[in-house]
Amino acid sequence: MDIPRNGVTAIMGPSGSGKTTLLRLITGQLTPDNGRIEVDGRNVHALGTDDLYALRKRMGMLFQSGALLTDLSVYENVAFPLREHTRLPEALIRQLVLLRLESVGLRTARTLMPAELSGGMARRVALARALVLEPEMMLYDEPFTGQDPITMGVLVTLIRAVNETLGLTSILVSHDVAETMSIADHVYLIAGGEVIARGSPAELQATRSPWVRQFLDARADGPVPFHQPGPAIDEELLGAARRD
Amino acid sequence: MVHRTTELTVGLFVAAGLAALVVLALQVSGLATLGAPRGYQVTAHFNEIGGLRERAPVKAAGVTVGRVTSIEYDTRGYRARVTLTLSSEYDNFPRDTIASIHTSGLLGEQFVSLDPGGDMDYLGDGDRVEYTESAVVLERLIGQFMFQQGRD
Amino acid sequence: MTEPFVALGRWLLAALARLGRASLFGGRLCARLGTACRRFGLTLEQLYAIGVRTVMIVVVAGAFVGMVLALQGYYTLVNFGAESALGVLVALSLVRELGPVVAALLFAGRAGSALTAEVGLMKSTDQLAALEMMAVDPYRRVLAPRFVAGFISLPLLAILFSAIGVYGAWLVGVQMLGIDAGAFWGQMQDSVDFHADVLNGLVKAVVFGAVVTWIALYEGHDCVPTPAGVSRATTRTVVHGSLAVLGLDFLLTAMMYGG
Repeated sequence: MDIPRNGVTAIMGPSGSGKTTLLRLITGQLTPDNGRIEVDGRNVHALGTDDLYALRKRMGMLFQSGALLTDLSVYENVAFPLREHTRLPEALIRQLVLLRLESVGLRTARTLMPAELSGGMARRVALARALVLEPEMMLYDEPFTGQDPITMGVLVTLIRAVNETLGLTSILVSHDVAETMSIADHVYLIAGGEVIARGSPAELQATRSPWVRQFLDARADGPVPFHQPGPAIDEELLGAARRD
Repeated sequence: MVHRTTELTVGLFVAAGLAALVVLALQVSGLATLGAPRGYQVTAHFNEIGGLRERAPVKAAGVTVGRVTSIEYDTRGYRARVTLTLSSEYDNFPRDTIASIHTSGLLGEQFVSLDPGGDMDYLGDGDRVEYTESAVVLERLIGQFMFQQGRD
Repeated sequence: MTEPFVALGRWLLAALARLGRASLFGGRLCARLGTACRRFGLTLEQLYAIGVRTVMIVVVAGAFVGMVLALQGYYTLVNFGAESALGVLVALSLVRELGPVVAALLFAGRAGSALTAEVGLMKSTDQLAALEMMAVDPYRRVLAPRFVAGFISLPLLAILFSAIGVYGAWLVGVQMLGIDAGAFWGQMQDSVDFHADVLNGLVKAVVFGAVVTWIALYEGHDCVPTPAGVSRATTRTVVHGSLAVLGLDFLLTAMMYGG
């Protein structure tokens, strides 16, 4: 797989196909059993801790749940990376934080605690936090899961806008077909840890492959069977009757 | 970032802990009364000290007047050399004072008891108490008793 | 036929693996102690969360344990006419044993379980992973300050427990049962040694504090990141923490007073 610079690359696939695992491999949170992952020409898993942390400062990641620090307010959450990694004066930190919060539309919610936010707001705050250090690369882990249509729309717009204005390389992991297809430049479809199909959204829509069609059109039965694999039901029932 | 109240309560917590340590040191273990015992030292030789330990009290008429500060075995006299540190406010023990080892109660701790004699000279720092009475060892007492019984 | 032995072997291997992971975890924790001391603000917050919030239960428990000891000790000692030795009895049991041990058990229940739940929750809501992604080492930022706060807190709590307990015993023994105050304090001061008793008790408390906090943080960090996993880890912290305290207490006592 290649992920080009300056674009939104989506990785789609059914649950359990290894999407999140892939993200964690890219960020070096997990180590691959075999194969290698290079970011900017450097093998992530050959880096020492310091180099890995330096690399991560150039990456931002949005977790499924937002993963805000629960004992800090919204403002402090966004300020957190700045306080940890820079020695900026308080006034400048305030400006940066408010700007980022403004760009996700939550400047006025800065005194709230994470527990008081809705799921969508928490993700927007987390996005502001991930962007505050101005990364070159953003990773989104299932950003749309469990959101109402309005929130989804907000997130879709935000992700696209952020990518345009900051000139980022974005990787988006999701199984929400419509939203993902609408913002992605390149799409990879994976299942069972393998790449099934690749291309631009338009190319994928034109594919005839039954597997791709099942996924994109959300059909209940197809190459991925509706039934768990196993003996057929008549065999099991009759077989049991015969044994009795 | 750290709130003042947090700092304050943590400060109070640590202060309370240290205060409790001071209480344990002074009130419970009586560290102040015997921290580096001040006074003068005399030695006494005993044939048998039984279960006497360092830091055991030295009493006169039941009042604690000092402490046992060291116990050694004297290889020349084959006896125990016990160093007593006596408080400097009790500096008028006569030279012929008798030092004996007693047990408080039947099973209690052992201590050194001083019985003042009638000498006009007083014991000073580094002096030796000449007259001593050893600890009573219960087994030996019983042994003697049985020996006498057998002779009768 | 071989099934029980297979089960036994599997259990033992799993236990050894856990012990190994816990040791590695402890090693990483210790390697980051310097940071916890340099950024003392973080440790201070944890001293509040771990230490200050446990003071109340320790003070109340200490008072009652002291009072009960005095009552029980009095009715036993009075039979031998030795009730004046009550002070010694209470002070020695508190300073040597009950102070560090009971304070550590309360600490495991109150602070240890809270630590495990907190860290487990941070893990299950991806907060630890998010910290790593922000290039912040969770060991430095989250775990080490809590560890340092744990082993600073417990000795202070244990001393507090003993001191309050002695005054609880004084209240019952001297004020209520009429033991002579001079005999109570005097005999206590004669028999309790600062180095052998008070300081050794303190050493125990430091060891217990480090071990209980270590177990609590490890269980939180190693838990299965689900609600059920966090609650199981919390239970394990209290059980393993308490057992470790009692076992270590025996070992330490044997080492301190046996040699």
